[in-house]
Amino acid sequence: MNVAIEEHDHIVTLTLNEERLDAHNSSELKTQLLSLFEDGKVNIIIDLSPVRFIDSSGLGALVSGFKNASSREGGLKLCGLQSQVKSMFELTRLHRVFEIFPGTEEALASF
Amino acid sequence: MENQLEVDIKVPNQTKYLSLIGKIGEDVAYTLKKFNDNREELAYHINLVLTEAMANAIKHANQNDPNKEVHITICLSDNNLCIKVYDQGQGFDISEIKQIEAKPEDDHGRGIFLIHALMDTVTYTRCCNGHVLEMNKTFNSETGPEAEDGDLCADRHPTDTQ
Repeated sequence: MNVAIEEHDHIVTLTLNEERLDAHNSSELKTQLLSLFEDGKVNIIIDLSPVRFIDSSGLGALVSGFKNASSREGGLKLCGLQSQVKSMFELTRLHRVFEIFPGTEEALASF
Repeated sequence: MENQLEVDIKVPNQTKYLSLIGKIGEDVAYTLKKFNDNREELAYHINLVLTEAMANAIKHANQNDPNKEVHITICLSDNNLCIKVYDQGQGFDISEIKQIEAKPEDDHGRGIFLIHALMDTVTYTRCCNGHVLEMNKTFNSETGPEAEDGDLCADRHPTDTQ
């Protein structure tokens, strides 16, 4: 999985440079997030702007990361959702679980 | 039937083929004539149900066995879409999970829910060498006739049991 990682003080931004987040690559995202949590990095922003397609496995990986971050008193927030990806969050009601921002600047400012 | 498109493809039991099949599904959506709703959304939905059904077949039914394969048929007419995904596994009881929506905090269990949410009818039945997940959707068309044949693929796999 092609992920660009940037650190801003106590916040880590992951940009998923993949067109799809699905059952083929979602476990890699889970592993990447777990590695960050184990390093004590618990405030995460995931920039999904390159992602055109997400399936239930992709959503599940994000939920898994959200729960892990929350249990460590951190947070996992999303930004840059394309319209069809956003509609999947709405269909599964996950837009009520995640804090979703237009871009990384807004997400960074929310921490 | 006029404007009927049929796609029949077999792929190895590997998730790396999800994007290929999903893309084919999207391209199929753009061949549909007399479709007045959001075509981009339809393309995404076909991509999604194919991805979910295939991932289910690969991981759960075929249990990631590299010696197995997944067989997909897509039949599209002006008014109907019929997708069948054949696995080579022992099957599972879809009726137990078909309408249950995952709790927001659950990190799995949304695949079958999404298929049910986006398709009109979904069945999972035994066939010759495993099971088949059949998903049908009827389109609204102002100019096309109402669906006359709800199962466009009915005569293609006579061993299926419905």
